[in-house]
Amino acid sequence: MPDSNQTSPNLQEIRGRLTASRRVFVIGLILLAIVSFLSVLGATGIGHLQIPWETVMAAIGEGLGLSPAGSVERTPLVVVFDIRLSRVILSFLVGSALGVAGAVFQGVLRNPLADPFTIGVASGAAFGAALAFALGLGGASYLGLGTIPLLALVGALGALALVVILGRVQGRLRRDTLVLAGIVVATFLSALIALIKALDEEAVSAIVFWVMGSFQGRGWIHVAFSLPYLLLGLYLVAKCARELDIMTMGEVQARQLGVEVERVRRRLLVGASLLTAAAVSVSGVIGFVGLVVPHLVRMTVGAAHQRLMIFSGLLGGLALLWSDVVSRTLLPGGEELPVGVVTALIGGPFFCLLLKRRRGGVILD
Amino acid sequence: MLHGLDFHVGKSELVGLLGPNGSGKSTLLLCLSKVVPLHAGEATVSGRELSAYSARELALVEASVPQRLEISFPFRCIEVVLMGRYPHQREFGSDSDEDLTRAMEAMRLTDTLDLAQRRITEISGGEAQRVIIARTLAQEAELLLLDEATANLDVAHKMQMFDLFSKKNNQGVTFLCAMHDLNLAALYCQRLIFLKNGRISVDGPTMETFTEENLTKIYETEVRIIPHPDTGVPQAMFVPSATRRAQSA
Repeated sequence: MPDSNQTSPNLQEIRGRLTASRRVFVIGLILLAIVSFLSVLGATGIGHLQIPWETVMAAIGEGLGLSPAGSVERTPLVVVFDIRLSRVILSFLVGSALGVAGAVFQGVLRNPLADPFTIGVASGAAFGAALAFALGLGGASYLGLGTIPLLALVGALGALALVVILGRVQGRLRRDTLVLAGIVVATFLSALIALIKALDEEAVSAIVFWVMGSFQGRGWIHVAFSLPYLLLGLYLVAKCARELDIMTMGEVQARQLGVEVERVRRRLLVGASLLTAAAVSVSGVIGFVGLVVPHLVRMTVGAAHQRLMIFSGLLGGLALLWSDVVSRTLLPGGEELPVGVVTALIGGPFFCLLLKRRRGGVILD
Repeated sequence: MLHGLDFHVGKSELVGLLGPNGSGKSTLLLCLSKVVPLHAGEATVSGRELSAYSARELALVEASVPQRLEISFPFRCIEVVLMGRYPHQREFGSDSDEDLTRAMEAMRLTDTLDLAQRRITEISGGEAQRVIIARTLAQEAELLLLDEATANLDVAHKMQMFDLFSKKNNQGVTFLCAMHDLNLAALYCQRLIFLKNGRISVDGPTMETFTEENLTKIYETEVRIIPHPDTGVPQAMFVPSATRRAQSA
């Protein structure tokens, strides 16, 4: 064929470009993984109590059982391993969960402005926590965990169930009714929280502080509490990355391409909500990570959800890890800022910048 | 919405589905791809009851080009075309070399290979439509359902796409195309099915059904037919009301 000579280099060129883009992706992934690992170590060394690096490393080694017990004094061991490392890892996990959940919600709802809290999961968690405070369960503890995360998780999953039930029309889970149901449930729960605050003035400050999001006083028990839900959620959404790509072309086309839209959408929603619930129940409501991070990643690595989820997870983890470092070190004298305030203060202007740049780009095109 | 439809499209037919707005063309195509459920009656594809197919199985035998594109995320065009390979892939599968070859062949045929690395959000509506046609071809189904697949394209690309459909048709692919462009339909389709108010109004070979009487009745506007100067197939000419008044006066 005469034209095959003209097009075959083109085919090879495209194949080459795809291979190159895959290589860039893998290199980026390795770099981010290394940065994440170093960040965990670095953030563990930072704090109000100055501890030399050798002691930090030795304490981590001893805590993980890599070196024999007794090589580090008790105080630095507890500060580094039990207090800081657990908190750093928890903040990374929560950030990852929010990043991935944000990417999934934006895809499922086909709205780049959606975030993990769009369909009311966070309000459910906040209501659960508020109820716990009001009932005076704030101090109660189960294996050192406290009832707050437990009730927050129950609240989050309850809100999800409610939204899914309300969002069904003629047995189908539709995108638009889902968002509406989310708004209704979130508004209703916010009203209940306001009611609790009005009735129980003593609980107000605890509720307000919890809702702003913080990792203060969190430890290994919180990591262990949220990890199973986090892994289950991650498994559910990772399995459907390809279907999610196709579903962004619209429900009709997704069906015509062979996707069982109902089943996949339910799985993605439950998965992303589990991720959100796992995060919110141990940290409170931390905004902007789940909105800004997937946005930023989509602008750089593209819209394909497998890559989007992986990068959003790592970048979300990094963002929240360092936000938490800022929140616990910014004020002199050991005072802490709620980390949700830090992410909002950094994320808000940053997001505006992203939107501005994007709009500028479109005009230049 | 649709009533008493009874028709059979044979293998390797290229059938035009015509009719005014709201006559049920799109609904019929959506019923055939199981997006809109059938309330009564039955439909079979390749000798198998439609309801017996899973979504994936159905996507292996029939592919659709939608009337309206809903594009909200910046996928690269090659990624969009590769979505057509989804029913051929296993769970957790990734794009094989064969998938890539098939996708790129489909892009070559639709003249979109140059767009492969561009974002689908950055190209024109007509270009995006051709990318979607490429995706549908990459699906390699034996029945293609086209809903105004070329309505957004310029004349040259319209002709190019229908030349391509007719070539695929000669290789054994069956086409059912909902169209508003009567003359394009007459040029390429061997058979026409006219719908009106959800019922089949006329169904038969193009040469017999594409008549002044049928078209005037179905579209409720005056139509004149003249033969195509080169091929002799009937082509429709429409008459403005001012001319009509002048003639009658």
